[in-house]
Amino acid sequence: MASALARSRETTKERKPGRKVRILIGKPGLDGHDRGAKIIARALRDAGFEIIYTGLHQTPEMIVSAAAQEDVDGIGLSILSGAHNYLLPRIVEMLREKKMGNVVVFGGGIIPDEDIPKLKRKGVDRMFTPGTPLQEIVEYVRERVKPRK
Amino acid sequence: MAVSLKDVLGGDVRSAARLMRDLDDEIPAANRLLKRLYKHTGRAYIVGITGAPGSGKSTLVDTLTDHLRGQGKNVGIVAIDPTSPFTGGAILGDRIRMQKHAIDDKVFIRSLATRGHLGGLSKSTIDIVNVMDAMGKDIILIETVGVGQDEVEIVKVAHTNLVVVVPGLGDDIQAIKAGILEIADIFVVNKSDREGADKTRRELETMVAMNEYRKGDWVPPVLPAVAQTGAGVAELMEAIEGHRKFIYLEENLGQYQAGKARVELLEILKKKLVEKAVDDLERHGLLEPIIEEIARKKTDPYSIVEKVVDHSFAFHLIGGNDRTGSKRKKT
Ligand code: B12
Ligand SMILES: Nc1nc2c(ncn2[C@@H]2O[C@H](COP(=O)(O)OP(=O)(O)OP(=O)(O)O)[C@@H](O)[C@H]2O)c(=O)[nH]1
Ligand SMILES: [Mg+2]
Repeated sequence: MASALARSRETTKERKPGRKVRILIGKPGLDGHDRGAKIIARALRDAGFEIIYTGLHQTPEMIVSAAAQEDVDGIGLSILSGAHNYLLPRIVEMLREKKMGNVVVFGGGIIPDEDIPKLKRKGVDRMFTPGTPLQEIVEYVRERVKPRK
Repeated sequence: MAVSLKDVLGGDVRSAARLMRDLDDEIPAANRLLKRLYKHTGRAYIVGITGAPGSGKSTLVDTLTDHLRGQGKNVGIVAIDPTSPFTGGAILGDRIRMQKHAIDDKVFIRSLATRGHLGGLSKSTIDIVNVMDAMGKDIILIETVGVGQDEVEIVKVAHTNLVVVVPGLGDDIQAIKAGILEIADIFVVNKSDREGADKTRRELETMVAMNEYRKGDWVPPVLPAVAQTGAGVAELMEAIEGHRKFIYLEENLGQYQAGKARVELLEILKKKLVEKAVDDLERHGLLEPIIEEIARKKTDPYSIVEKVVDHSFAFHLIGGNDRTGSKRKKT
């Protein structure tokens, strides 16, 4: 009974107006591996986020343009092709050009360990490699991605 | 980021996007801007696209946008997907099929989650369409959540409503028949590259033919299309144009405008009244205790709602500030 009441309280709260975190999940480049991206999208939906899933074959321009139109707080990118060193910094750079530098950029995929610090320096907040538990990713997003002011 | 009306009216993407977000999140300041923005609306032509999940609505929107861009039109797209009732989250995936226009600055695509609202739209849809209208879109395409019932709000919001049907429904057409005739201004039999398209088309035509129309009524055409290849979309564009001319006939325009104004008023009223009632109850610390009482069957929701409506609202509306509710004793 107590827990049912608590749950019902939560649903009344959820219907109340207020910021909802919106996150774009996309796959930049020509890489067709989309399992990871879909799994992440679902995990984040189940954690209560609004996910805009753009699908495969996105250029940095497409991602940044969608992020602007959708007014997202974070961008999660999945890359398993090896092109991360070019694509990810390019996206961060374009966001900054558009004064959207406060959008949190993160991602995952096949990323050699030695590339991760370089990506961080270029403004990518965090990268997750294969085998990361989904719970860890969800917690990171909860912690890091807040509605923009 | 403070949004200025001037930037929105000038078509600035970031400002418009932020205003839409504020409206979707129900930030009060956004409403104030919306009031000032309202008089700049009414220029855009609004097309609704409804149909079962997976019937090809997004693909069709994409192909229609090709044609519209070919005519030099400035296009707005609102694509709605359902919010999960269990988690409050959503995956908005309509953009996947709208890639061709992803970097065209004359195409603005906004994905919305229903956030618990029923009827195929989100609560914010009307507001967001108004923003696109004011920012100078010539035409706005609204893709609804795939629904097939008659409880479809899009009818009142859009000038022209497309209902997308796919072959192979068989007897299902009979099942969805109930409300579908009132919804559709144009039927699109999409995926006409598939078997059974002719049959579906004939069935729909029969259904339309069996309906009684009076002189001067619009009779919905049934058009085959293959959204993926664009086949039939030119004809669909012509039909939309035909319907536009029809509702812009002097004798029809007033009726449409009044219908839309009515829906706008009632929708906003519903939203605001509920908000206000809930806020009031909460402010007085009554919401949770009342819910608990109802749950324990100490009182019933009917009496509570009656009290809320009769007392606290009436005083609000006429400007009084006596809150009978606050004196309510806990049992
Ligand atoms: C399944 C698979 C395929 C499937 C893909 C099916 C699909 N629709 O996704 C198929 C068979 C089609 C395929 C094809 C190819 N593949 Co393949 N494939 C794999 C394999 C075995 C598993 C990938 C996978 O789905 N993992 C499961 C998901 C859940 O894991 P994940 O994506 O890594 O995601 C996790 C994290 O990385 C992270 N994450 C990932 N994305 C994101 C995004 C965000 C926002 C966040 C927060 C986290 C995050 O979180 C997830 C959970 O922990 C990998 C090897 C491997 N073990 O990784 C090779 C692998 C990725 N493939 C590879 C190659 C080379 C290819 C091909 C080029 C092979 C070829 N020569 O034809 C083609 C190219 C296809 C294309 N068009 O791009 C190489 C890539 C090498 C590289 N990058 O240097 C790999 C690494 C195999 C290898 N060791 O060589 N492949
Ligand atoms: N064969 C065929 N497939 C089509 C056609 N149009 C769309 N599709 C496919 O049908 C599937 C669903 O298309 P969408 O455009 O996503 O359908 P939708 O109605 O927007 O789907 P929801 O938004 O999920 O309700 C996709 O795989 C499309 O490629 C068509 O004319 N013929
Ligand atoms: Mg769709």
